Amino acid sequence: MKALRKFLDKKKPLFEKGGKFAKLQSTFDAFDTFLFVPDHTSKTGTHIKDAIDLKRTMSVVVLALIPSLLFGMYNIGYQHFLSVGETAALMDMFVYGLIKVLPIIVVSYVVGLGIEFAFAQMRGHAVNEGFLVSGMLIPLVMPVEAPLWMVAVSTAFAVVIGKEVFGGTGMNIWNPALVARAFFFFAYPSKMSGDAVWIAEKADTFSGATPLAHAATLVDANGEIAKSIFEQHLSNAWDMFIGLIPGSIGETSTLAILIGAVILIATGIGSWRIMLSVFVGGYAMGAIFNLIGANPYMELIPAWQHLIMGGFAFGAVFMATDPVSATQTTRGKYIYGFLIGFLAVLIRVMNAGFPEAMMLAILLMNTFAPLIDHYVVQGNVKRRLKRVKVKA
Amino acid sequence: MSEVKKIKKGLDIKLIGKAEKVLEKADRSETYAIKPTDFPGLTPKLKVKVDMEIKAGSPLFFDKYKPEINFASPVSGKVIAINRGERRKILEVVVQADAEIQYEEFKKADPNGLSREEVKEELLKSGLWAFMRQRPYDVIANPQETPKAIFISAFDSAPLAADVDFLLEGDAEAFQAGIDALAKLTDGKVHLNINPNMNQAKMFSEVKNATVNKFVGVHPAGNVGVQIHHIDAINKGEVAWVVRPQEVVFIGRLFQKGIYDVSRKVALCGSEVKTPCYFETITGASVRNILKGKLKDDEKIRVISGNVLTGNHIPEDGFIGMYDSQITVIPEGDKHEFLGWALPGLDKFSMSKSFFSWLSPNKEYRLDANLNGEHRAYVVSGEYEKVLPMDVLPVHLIKSILVEDIDQMEQLGIYEVAPEDFALCEFVCTSKIDVQDIVRQGIDLMIKEMS
Repeated sequence: MKALRKFLDKKKPLFEKGGKFAKLQSTFDAFDTFLFVPDHTSKTGTHIKDAIDLKRTMSVVVLALIPSLLFGMYNIGYQHFLSVGETAALMDMFVYGLIKVLPIIVVSYVVGLGIEFAFAQMRGHAVNEGFLVSGMLIPLVMPVEAPLWMVAVSTAFAVVIGKEVFGGTGMNIWNPALVARAFFFFAYPSKMSGDAVWIAEKADTFSGATPLAHAATLVDANGEIAKSIFEQHLSNAWDMFIGLIPGSIGETSTLAILIGAVILIATGIGSWRIMLSVFVGGYAMGAIFNLIGANPYMELIPAWQHLIMGGFAFGAVFMATDPVSATQTTRGKYIYGFLIGFLAVLIRVMNAGFPEAMMLAILLMNTFAPLIDHYVVQGNVKRRLKRVKVKA
Repeated sequence: MSEVKKIKKGLDIKLIGKAEKVLEKADRSETYAIKPTDFPGLTPKLKVKVDMEIKAGSPLFFDKYKPEINFASPVSGKVIAINRGERRKILEVVVQADAEIQYEEFKKADPNGLSREEVKEELLKSGLWAFMRQRPYDVIANPQETPKAIFISAFDSAPLAADVDFLLEGDAEAFQAGIDALAKLTDGKVHLNINPNMNQAKMFSEVKNATVNKFVGVHPAGNVGVQIHHIDAINKGEVAWVVRPQEVVFIGRLFQKGIYDVSRKVALCGSEVKTPCYFETITGASVRNILKGKLKDDEKIRVISGNVLTGNHIPEDGFIGMYDSQITVIPEGDKHEFLGWALPGLDKFSMSKSFFSWLSPNKEYRLDANLNGEHRAYVVSGEYEKVLPMDVLPVHLIKSILVEDIDQMEQLGIYEVAPEDFALCEFVCTSKIDVQDIVRQGIDLMIKEMS
């Protein structure tokens, strides 16, 4: 390693001000600091620092996403072979999925990081680590049949409009990965809805609709038909929990997501407050619908089943918890999480046009997060003022 | 006896090199210095010139805006240097000590029999006023004001902190005399805040003229600002004064013996010290003789006057800070680490459990001064809240300081905080933001705006 360090130290002046490649300083710096934690020491304030930095934080999140990714690859193979009616070995299914997913991941990272590097260079900043996570989240919320160029355009939109225009990582209002998905959803609706996009190279006769899409048809169904839809497509909660259902690449398996959640909570990187309150909010709204029971959707889907359908769990664990776009105060996190879960189920059931409501609920609450924080901060201010009055 | 208040939010950082409770003799330091930089917000005016002969207790400089506040020489001898920095800012006034210390003579008296004005006058004249500090702002107290209370934290919870019971051993009478003097200065109470697990000395439990409060828990439980927040929080317009236990002893000695005697024990600690222990010395002493032969020499080191969270980096022949009772020596750590952010990190300390060192919770660490990362914008939230045991929203306060919004700073509690209370926030910060500096800037701005 010493030789590598020596090499980097020798090349460094070339990239500094006045050097031959000064324009590529951020790029050099990004690789340098990726390979070696820099030798910077504390100049003021505390002399020692916690070992954690953004690289570590982000890599823990990526690690937490790995179970969902691996299961997603397997599920893609599983769904494909199921739809064409073939039997295949576990490894074959996985490899099939790997071949399908890898290009999407590569496109997401290459496009996203390319833009990040370019912006860092233009601004003379260091390249921020934020996209390490976004670049993994984006493929996981895409349908497997998403055309690569659409993934590229969505990613570019998310990085530029969702993040860089605000000033980069830490400054954005919305979760960049969800901005990518929302852009995709509204720009190319035919590629992110219906029943053709969720299963790779599906046989035409096989229904590839997601459980959420089936559930949405319940609204207008009556008695017997509704019951049969439910029996046929929505009664196998175990499959939904394990993740053997059609859906976006990484969102189907609640089990894999929960493994990720355990990693995030155990390391203290993800906010358990947000995760918990999202689930509580979703369950509460589901329970309310169960009580009302105005149509078969409300009546037949038990509240807990909402939590394992579609992107609910994935959104709760990986999207809502993005610290930049979420609320920042402790109390605010409970309110924010609860409303996300609550609204997601509300939109899902009430508006058949948006079966995947989690994305919209999170983006909406991202927008309101500063408002929630504002009220929490005002609460703190009021307590302080009250103390004076009690004394006076 | 009052109930015990438990501080749950915070973090104990366990480091290698806690000082053994053994008092060792080091060669007497030849030079001593008082550093105006130890007193935030001070504009010093010199009273001495190079080559002037002075006694212990003779003023070296005074506060330009409050000329009654003097800063005295800790020893007798000759002024040998006035070291200046950029724009001729005075950094150090250095005194070469006589073989035997000659003291200025001050009034000897039982403080119980003196009036408030008399006590005040003695403290100002002798230079001991420099040890009286106030909240808000964490600066030297304004003698024109009367504080609502005086607070003394009798224990230090910072990493490798000196044991206050040991520091004060044998000074029980002076301590009580100091308390008596302080009691004259306020209409309210003198609060002596102890940790029943750390303070067993009788001088604390049997103290007169003071109210004893009990605190237990993790650092920053020993920070006087945190204690004030839990006993009698500071509102706008209120002032509280704070003094450290050793400084109470200095005040006691003044009234008992009539001299400015600021000799004290200090702890020499840290992973780069061969045998960490205590030394008898005098405030402002050069650390050269204390460090001589005591350090492991295998790596570049950093000598800190104070603790690793709030202390100042000093050279190996630098001087002990005015308020410090420990010298910490840690590795500098100015080296690259290959893929350091990706390693399991069994020897790395982190509040988060993202390094596997959390598997051994009682391990002591050898931490260096490396930033372990780079400066970034705020990304992670909820970190500071875990280590700030106050009803203050740290990040929002920091942001209001950054945008210089005076009203917002006031509303979010700038009067209740000192930079040291935010030291742990700075330590745990993923984005490596200089939190203490920012808080100090905010305080400076408030002082400027409010005067």
